[in-house]
Amino acid sequence: MTDVVLEARNLVKHFTGGIRAVDGVDLQLRRGETLGVVGESGCGKSTLAKLLVGLEKPTSGSVMVRGEDMTRLRGGGLRRARRNIQMVLQDPYTSLNPRMTVGDIVGEPFEIHSDVVPRGKRQQAVQDLLDTVGLNPDHINRYPHQFSGGQRQRIGIARALALKPEIIVCDEPVSALDVSIQAQVINLLERLQDDFGLSYIFIAHDLSVVRHISDRVAVMYLGKIVEQGHDVAIYDQPTHPYTQALLSAVPVPDPRLRGRRKQIVLEGDVPSPADPPSGCRFRTRCWKAQHVCAEQEPVLQIRERSPHPSACHFAEINRIH
Amino acid sequence: MTDIKAQVDVLPGIDPRAPLLQINDLHVEFRTRDGVAKAVNGASFWLNPGETLAILGESGCGKSVTAQAIMGILDSPPGHITRGEVRYRGVDLLKLREDERRRVRANKIAMIFQDALSALNPVYTVGFQLAELFRTHRGMSRADAKNRAVELLDQVRIPAARSRIGDYPHQFSGGMRQRVMIAMALALDPEVLIADEPTTALDVTVQAQIMGLLAELQRQRNMGLILITHDMGVVADVADRISVMYAGRVVEEAPVYDIYDKPGHPYTRALLESIPRLDLKGQQLTAIRGLPPALTDIPQGCAFNPRCGYAKEPCRQDPAPPAYAIAPRRTARCHFFREVLGD
Repeated sequence: MTDVVLEARNLVKHFTGGIRAVDGVDLQLRRGETLGVVGESGCGKSTLAKLLVGLEKPTSGSVMVRGEDMTRLRGGGLRRARRNIQMVLQDPYTSLNPRMTVGDIVGEPFEIHSDVVPRGKRQQAVQDLLDTVGLNPDHINRYPHQFSGGQRQRIGIARALALKPEIIVCDEPVSALDVSIQAQVINLLERLQDDFGLSYIFIAHDLSVVRHISDRVAVMYLGKIVEQGHDVAIYDQPTHPYTQALLSAVPVPDPRLRGRRKQIVLEGDVPSPADPPSGCRFRTRCWKAQHVCAEQEPVLQIRERSPHPSACHFAEINRIH
Repeated sequence: MTDIKAQVDVLPGIDPRAPLLQINDLHVEFRTRDGVAKAVNGASFWLNPGETLAILGESGCGKSVTAQAIMGILDSPPGHITRGEVRYRGVDLLKLREDERRRVRANKIAMIFQDALSALNPVYTVGFQLAELFRTHRGMSRADAKNRAVELLDQVRIPAARSRIGDYPHQFSGGMRQRVMIAMALALDPEVLIADEPTTALDVTVQAQIMGLLAELQRQRNMGLILITHDMGVVADVADRISVMYAGRVVEEAPVYDIYDKPGHPYTRALLESIPRLDLKGQQLTAIRGLPPALTDIPQGCAFNPRCGYAKEPCRQDPAPPAYAIAPRRTARCHFFREVLGD
């Protein structure tokens, strides 16, 4: 278990108004791997990201980084632990301060963690970081608005790399970008992972992007992980009905498959996280639901017909593609 | 009661045998402090009844501006249509008076938008906004209009429609709001529906519901559908033909099967190669190098040339490549389409 760099144990976050955004999540991230987290709006994936990097305090549960519980650390200890886990945000327009130069944005982590790079060497360090992410180091004095969306996302990535973290939590890092630019940023993230041995939590709603970049995938629904496994297991042998419906809803860019793909169209909308259904949270939209689903909450575990963990009483492989 | 529908049908010059919608050489520019942004630079395409034409392109390619010009809802100023025609059944809509234009817009060509929350009026109930259409355009009584509104909400499968017409837009979920907007667009039985990124803001499971609904309503009504999108998956699922736009021009136009099988323009090809696919886990994605051009400074010759692997000297010189007929019902604006098709 020594290669586990990040572990969440029974992580719970409730907001005022009874919103149960994250409601008991366990996950492990190993060195050098990418764990994809997929789910639709409101499933709690962004709250999970904030809990993992310590931007939100959990209601209960713990986040272990290198064996230390982040949620119990304070002051200097917390600051040191945070160096190891950094974040890239979705919106490259609002996550960079428009009044700061790129040099100041990327160099700000060095101000806060002043012992990492001595003052005299910081400008060079920032220029090296810009070069690493494929930006011109001479543009250090420019402002965010002088860059395109893709370039801004590179600035955000450079900032996340500044403290040489082991873990980067990417919350929808390419969702705001056009496809041609999206591919550039995905390729960059993959190259950085190889060069620096990074571990990624990659949160996104786009299942194709998540499959492309992830080694393992967790599927979230209403604050819980409903299925988890290697990317091949999740995408080729999904056993949870929600995963199956989600996969079948993704349009495939190949017109020859039109009308020949299995399509499971779910009825209705996701219920409110303030008042989730009893038992299995997916049962109100599930075509397999029985009495037991309302009474007993299915545990995320390996089952007779599910070789990887699945939170469904009737888990069973159903190939979608 | 005035029959407004009939008035549209007697628009001078209307020809029932002419194409449903035909856009010729449309040019739109925005005059701003930073210069003239050439958003649309000679877009041409046509649409037949019952057909789905996808207009595919990335941010800033001019696809939404083209739609706004067709609808006559372009912000002007700063937007100006400087050249071109928008012909509905042979009549150039750009030459109509505003009151004539408004009748066409309500009865013949309708549009739905990406963001239903900002397209619907937040201070009126959904039922009022729907009924208003029937009262204004069909001269119906309040009671009749309300009944029609309920029928429509039923048709777009809003559960318990009668009890929801008193609700305000914010009380509906994202998917349900999109259904309300579809109901509103289809209220007066248009022949053309323009859908501008109708599912981009929605989750995939809801997207599947909405696309299914649109396809079904289109079939029932034999309506022409222009689907504006950046999502090549959605296009592959529903479109009959595709127009790919880049820097304000249609760079490739083709039936859907042909274009995915063998793209004829380097930009289309690059787009297809840059998307991660669920059914194929490849190695590195082929990214398109560089950025789309600023619309105030579009490169000479082919606008794609600085990012193109096929570009040679003629591509960097004006005039831009013409729309070569590369196969039956296919055009591509690339001097080297033979090489692109051959690869």
